[in-house]
Parts: sequence; C-alpha cells; structure tokens
Amino acid sequence: MSNPKWSRQEMAQWVAQDIPDGAVVNLGIGLPTLVANHLPADREVILHSENGVIGMGPAPATAQEDFDLINAGKQPVTLLPGGCFFHHADSFAMMRGGHLDICVLGAFQVSAAGDLANWHTGAADAIPAVGGAMDLAIGAKKTFVMMEHRTKAGEAKLVQRCSYPLTGLACVSRVYTDLAVIDIDRDGARVVKIVDGLDFATLQAWTGMPLVAAFASA
Amino acid sequence: MIDKIHRDAAAALADVPDGATVMIGGFGTAGLPDELIEALLEQGARDLTVVNNNAGNGDVGLAALLAAGRVRKIICSFPRQADSWHFDQLYRGGKIELELVPQGNLAERIRAAGAGIGAFFTPTGYGTQLAEGKETREIDGRLYVLEHPIHADYALIKAERGDRWGNLTYRMTARNFGPVMAAAAKITVATVHDVVPLGLLDPESIVTPGLYVQRVVPITRRTTVGAGFKAA
Repeated sequence: MSNPKWSRQEMAQWVAQDIPDGAVVNLGIGLPTLVANHLPADREVILHSENGVIGMGPAPATAQEDFDLINAGKQPVTLLPGGCFFHHADSFAMMRGGHLDICVLGAFQVSAAGDLANWHTGAADAIPAVGGAMDLAIGAKKTFVMMEHRTKAGEAKLVQRCSYPLTGLACVSRVYTDLAVIDIDRDGARVVKIVDGLDFATLQAWTGMPLVAAFASA
Repeated sequence: MIDKIHRDAAAALADVPDGATVMIGGFGTAGLPDELIEALLEQGARDLTVVNNNAGNGDVGLAALLAAGRVRKIICSFPRQADSWHFDQLYRGGKIELELVPQGNLAERIRAAGAGIGAFFTPTGYGTQLAEGKETREIDGRLYVLEHPIHADYALIKAERGDRWGNLTYRMTARNFGPVMAAAAKITVATVHDVVPLGLLDPESIVTPGLYVQRVVPITRRTTVGAGFKAA
C-alpha cells in the first residue's frame, strides 16, 4: 500500500484556506500558482505579480490571450476591475517595503531556522537564474512555502541546515508539504496539520529537523 | 523646436559605438523593443554589455544578438528559460560573461542610476552567494547589502504612445523596466505605436516625462508573441 499523501490540489487548498479576506498575495512560479484556483469565493484576495501588476485575474480564454498582460511566469493573465500596472522598481518596492501580506513560494529545502533554498541546485553545470526569488523571500509579511516533503530519492527537504545555496535567511513562516503543514519560528517547528493515515513518528523520521506535534488528533 | 521623433530605428541607433552598455527593456517578450534590437543587430556594434531581465528567447531579437557574438557581458536576473538555448550555449562555452542580479535589486540599481543615488543598502540577497564580497550593514536590527547603481550609454525601450517631447505611455505589463531604464541611460530610444501631437497625451497619464527620452521611433504594431515558458 502506498503512503498516504495530499495531492497538489489539496496542498493548494490548505494554503488558500489560510489566506484571509483582503490579503495582498504574490503566488510564486510553479506549485504556488495552483493556489489561485482554490481561493474561497467569499474572500476578496488581491494578487500581485512582480513584473508589474496588481489585481490579477484568471487566465484568459483561448484566443483571448494578450502577451502584453502576463504574470511573472510569463503566462497570459487578465486584470480585474480595480487592478493596475506599475514599473519594476515600484513593484519590488511594494515587496521589499513590506506592503504584501503573503508570498507563496516553491522550495528545494527549508531549514530549522526558516532559511529558504529555492533558486539554485548548486550543480556545476547548472546555469544560475534567480529572478525575483530573493526579493520575494524576504519581502512579504509572511512567506509560505509549498513543496513535497521529501525528494524523489526520499531525502528530507525540511533540514537542520540547507545544503543548497540560500535564497533568504530566516524568512519562512509556514511550510505546506504533501504530508503536513508546519509552522517554523524561533521556538522550533510545529506540525499543525498532518495527512490522514500517517503517524507522527513516521513524519518525524522523514524530516531532517525536530518536530513538535501541535495538531488536533483525528 | 524640440523634435525627438526619428524616422526609423536605424536612424535612432546609428551612433551606438562598440563597447557600449545598452539597457534593453522587457520582461520576457512584453515590452521587448524588437525593432530596436533588430536595428542594433543590423548596425553592427560589438563588444556590448547588455542589461535585460532575461537572456533572450528562441532565435530572434536579443537571442539573435547574443547568437551573433555581439554581446560581451549580460547583466540579468533570469537567463535560464525554456527557450534560452543561445545564451545557454555561449555561457557553457565561456563566451559570455554573466552578472546575475536578483530582479528587485536589478530594478533598484537601474532606478538608483537614474535618481543620482551613489549606492544603497537592500535586504535582498543578504547571506546568499549573490552578496558574497559585498559590504553589509545592520540598520535598526535588519541586515542589508550595499548595491551600486547600473548606468548605461543607451536604453532601448518599448512604449505605447509618445509625442515630440518624448513623453511616453505604456501598455499593461509591457511597462516593466521601461520607466527606470529611460532615466538611467545617457540616450534613451523608445519605440511607440502612436505619435500624437504635443498636448494630446493626458498629463495625468504620462508615465515617463520626456526629459528622460532622447529619441522616439514610431513603429507599426506587431502582436506580442508569448515566450519564455513551457506550454501547458
């Protein structure tokens, strides 16, 4: 029997549930973009993209794409009423200046101190590309990470210290994996949610940092 | 009489010398001034330092300029993309120098150049490889890295509408680096889809005031073709 785990859509649902009404949010490239599809209809959430748009709407219908209106992943998007455009320096000032409530990012590794590694594997032949990752990591009031709990090879991605090149120091506040939701702060890592059918001891064994159980038992 | 309107891209770029630092606007293909890059390719200047967020898509535009061996160094945040094969090959072959800059630092370094700032402390990148060797400082309990401005000889940008004073408006996310690059370069060349008589642009809506712009080139609108991502 395969181990219980949440699907990517379920992970996106858990993130979406934690985004409050009125929040200004930046969803990083990759897994985090799924969150937009799960935002509860009764909440008004404003989406920012670092290439210079706030108030982003869903992807346009086929044949309605306009590639002058794209997100940071360079995919076509739409603009909601109330949305607007601004230049790159203003866009990153919004972020660096602490005007965004939540940023959701993918990651290779997150450390016990909340350090984030998500831009470079450090492999000798890899071409480095950072984009807005370092600005996003440290800019928002809260940085959430969405990632698989372990690598395909079964190694922990929640680690005592990151072995991959760092994106930002002590910037991650909450991690959503396919097995658990984990808060990280100075007092350590607390598991606030765990997938049904997985016991805490197994989760701990698959995690490279000490965890404290803080979820309501099923 | 002030008249910054140039006949075409070739006329506007005739004096770009070898070794020039050239900022090129655009994020992906939005705001990328294709006509100016094509004219720069045609014009022949070599040994260029290019500042752009990316490092070319596919085989045209900036990618073609790289492929032609005309760029010595590129300053950018995100060179590696699904379709950046020309850059990838040059980089792996040691034929191009790369200065990798976090995107927000890139924008702010360009802004600082235009605003006359000598250098600035930013939290972005602190404690990472990209801040190695740079001066750092703790200010009010937060840690910062000293970053210097990026000046340019030329900025090539794509706007939407313009007038003979060089006032510009932009189109949606094609605005991206245009306004900050315009201020950071000695000579800013902007393409526009419409040249309008002075006074016709709503003064409240002018994004780049004309004093930042030296040359305006009217172009025929081409539909922006998407690039830089993997099709779903």
